Amino acid sequence: MEVIPVRLESRGFGETERRDMWWSTPLVVLIGLSLFVVYATWAAFQNAHYTYGPYLSPFYAPEIFGDSPHAWFGPKPGWIPAWVPFSPALLILPFPGLFRFTCYYYRGAYYKAFWGDPPACAVGEPRNAYRGEQSFPLILQNVHRYFMWIAVGFLFLLSYDVWLAIWFTDPTTGATQLGVGLGTILLAVNVVLLSCYTLGCHVMRHIVGGVHDEVSKHPLCDRAYACSTALNYKHQLFAWGSLFSVAFADIYIRLCSMGIWTDPRVF
Amino acid sequence: MNSDATFKIWRTHPEGGGTYQDFHTQVSEGMVVLDVVHRIQAEQAPDLAVRWNCKAGKCGSCSAEINGNPRLMCMTRLDELNLWEPVTVEPMRAFPSIKDLVTDVSWNYRVKTQIQKFQPRHADAPDGTWRMAQRDVDRVQEFRKCIECFLCQDVCHVLRDHHKHEEFIGPRFFVYNAALEMHPLDTADRLPALKDDNGIGFCNITKCCTKVCPEHIHITDNAIIPLKERVVSRYYDPVSRLLRMFG
Repeated sequence: MEVIPVRLESRGFGETERRDMWWSTPLVVLIGLSLFVVYATWAAFQNAHYTYGPYLSPFYAPEIFGDSPHAWFGPKPGWIPAWVPFSPALLILPFPGLFRFTCYYYRGAYYKAFWGDPPACAVGEPRNAYRGEQSFPLILQNVHRYFMWIAVGFLFLLSYDVWLAIWFTDPTTGATQLGVGLGTILLAVNVVLLSCYTLGCHVMRHIVGGVHDEVSKHPLCDRAYACSTALNYKHQLFAWGSLFSVAFADIYIRLCSMGIWTDPRVF
Repeated sequence: MNSDATFKIWRTHPEGGGTYQDFHTQVSEGMVVLDVVHRIQAEQAPDLAVRWNCKAGKCGSCSAEINGNPRLMCMTRLDELNLWEPVTVEPMRAFPSIKDLVTDVSWNYRVKTQIQKFQPRHADAPDGTWRMAQRDVDRVQEFRKCIECFLCQDVCHVLRDHHKHEEFIGPRFFVYNAALEMHPLDTADRLPALKDDNGIGFCNITKCCTKVCPEHIHITDNAIIPLKERVVSRYYDPVSRLLRMFG
């Protein structure tokens, strides 16, 4: 007897036999990323309250042009037309933003949460057509490695900002003294989390050792690959941890600068 | 635990298509879904088709979808399921059903034959043997745990929902490719095929394959993304190309 295999019909959008709360993770991602994007955009356009004492908000770091003492090259240059909205953060945020946007973890997460491709594992999709990252436009996600190198550069700059954040100026005498405030700790934790996220990135793991079939023959790469792999196993955790820390560091400095919070000093 | 439970099992119809059929049966402590299917087969539906072999999660035969989740029936204990409501058991949806829970997975075997075989370098020692560092072998050893249950293929939406079987080989065969391509002795070049014929770019990193793997292979992080990165270095990264020209 001839047997004709039968293909089960694909399910419609959101249809599944799953009984668990499959929608909860994409929903949390949707809310979490949306909140971050809305807040970061709002904060970037404020162009105010981004410094407090020796602290500089990571959204505005490094401050290339700006009005605060942290600015490298002084205030907004005259060649930028007046009608162009200006904020030091607008020169900075696109780079870490695109690093996260093209990150393998975030890609998987927002394809599900924002695009329903698929909404969750084994759950029906809204569209039949699919090109994935095989062709334009999503093939452009392959630029991730370039943004990774820029993100590594940011780690050095943010580390330097932590160094600056331990030198407090006495408002009465004008003397500079060593100290640690809660803001210093927040900025330092932020750099640690960003480092764990960036150095455990899949591209970093590939470049430092994954590219070799016999990584043991390259001792330095071997160690670096082991470290990056260890961080990579917690990549999702560091992706969210660093996203939260960078936003919270900005909120903290903003509220201190507005006089709503006071910055407690450890010493 | 001795109680009654309802199982909705997918049955194919001889004239085409299929529907769920409800079975009420007794279940007891320690049972897995495959035990229930066997009991139903023995007591109520002798023509119920199910593929199985080892009952120990090592042969990869009894893959199915239990309450919508791709799983091995022999490794799904009833105490993990809510028996107060009917438990659905259906065949893998990425492959055509031959009868009831048995699917035609022969496409996978055809795909496997098209992947370039292992091509070791010349022997390292005069006696015809090779030398490898343990940690280099460890990296590909993980991929050899695969039992070819094809649950990763089933859950992958590129195959399951978009039916890209002609353009995309699926997670199982990226793992297979990775085991060969990253092998310390292998000299073959599979990157052109991975990019064009195997459609690695179709993967959008949902990690569903990793979640359902009964052998807990890190399919996405350790196989697919490293292969994607090798393809990027070869084809999409001009800086890497320049470095290769002068390197």
